[in-house]
Amino acid sequence: MARLSWEPFTELWREMENFRRQMDRLFERWGWEGFPMRWPTLTAAYPPINVWEDENNVYAEAELPGMGLEDLEIYVTGRNQLSIKGERKSPQVDKGTWLRQERPFGSFHRIVTLPVDVEADKVEARLENGVLTIVMPKCQEARPRKITVKAG
Amino acid sequence: MANLAKREHRGEITQAEPVRTVTYSPRVDVVETADELTLYADLPGVRPEDVDIRFENGELTIHGKVTPRPTTGEFLLQEYGVGDFYRTFTISEEIDSDKITAELKQGVLILHLPKREAVKPKRITVKTA
Repeated sequence: MARLSWEPFTELWREMENFRRQMDRLFERWGWEGFPMRWPTLTAAYPPINVWEDENNVYAEAELPGMGLEDLEIYVTGRNQLSIKGERKSPQVDKGTWLRQERPFGSFHRIVTLPVDVEADKVEARLENGVLTIVMPKCQEARPRKITVKAG
Repeated sequence: MANLAKREHRGEITQAEPVRTVTYSPRVDVVETADELTLYADLPGVRPEDVDIRFENGELTIHGKVTPRPTTGEFLLQEYGVGDFYRTFTISEEIDSDKITAELKQGVLILHLPKREAVKPKRITVKTA
C-alpha cells in the first residue's frame, strides 16, 4: 500500500474531515438522504461562479473540469435567471483502492440572479479546458445610454 | 463560513513556490491497483502543453500553468480565484519512472504511475547462537 503524504495540510484536512462528518451526521438526523454531492457542496454552492459585466454583456464563468457541453443544461429564464444544470460523473474504476478522493462528483443545479435583464435567445456558452464561459448580451434597456445634451 | 467555503473549492493556497500570482493546490483523486497508482487532478483552464510533471526521488510535482483569462468590466460575483496549480506528493511506493504516462483532457489530468517490478521478499535466517 502506497503512502502519500500531503504535508503540511494534513492537519487542515483532518479538521475539514471532522467538520464534514459532523455535517453528515446532522443531515442524517434530518433524513436528508441521497444528497447528490460530496462534502464540498455541503458548505459551498457548486460550481462556484464568477460574474462580471461591461457595457454590453454580462459574463459568467465556472470551472467544470472533465465535463462537456453535452453534459450541461444552460438557460436563462425570466430574463435574469441564469441556470446551470449538470452531472459530473466520477471516473470508472473497476478495481483498486481509492487512496484519495477530493474531487466533487454528482448532480448540481445552480441558479444565479443577474442584476440586469439579458437577451435569453442570444446567450452563448463555450467550454474550454474545463472552463465554462457564458456571454449574455444585455437587453437594450439595460445598456447605458448616451444622453446628448442640447445646447440651449 | 463563506470564507471557508471559498477556500475549500480548490483546497489551500500553497506557499511552496512563489510564482507570479496566486497558486492553487489542485483537487486530486488517487486510485491504487496491483500494477499502478492512477492520479486524477482537476486543472481547469490548463492546456496540455502547459502542464509540467516531474518525478524525482519519490517526489511527484505537478505544475499547471493557467492560460490567462482577462475579464473586462466589473465583477458582480467572485466566488473563486484564477491562478496556476501547484502540488507535490511524496510517494513511498516504488514507481517505474520511465513508464509514467499522462494525459490532460477537458481540464482533468490523468497520470499513470506504474509500480516497479516487486522486489522479492528475502528470507532472513536467524542463526542460533
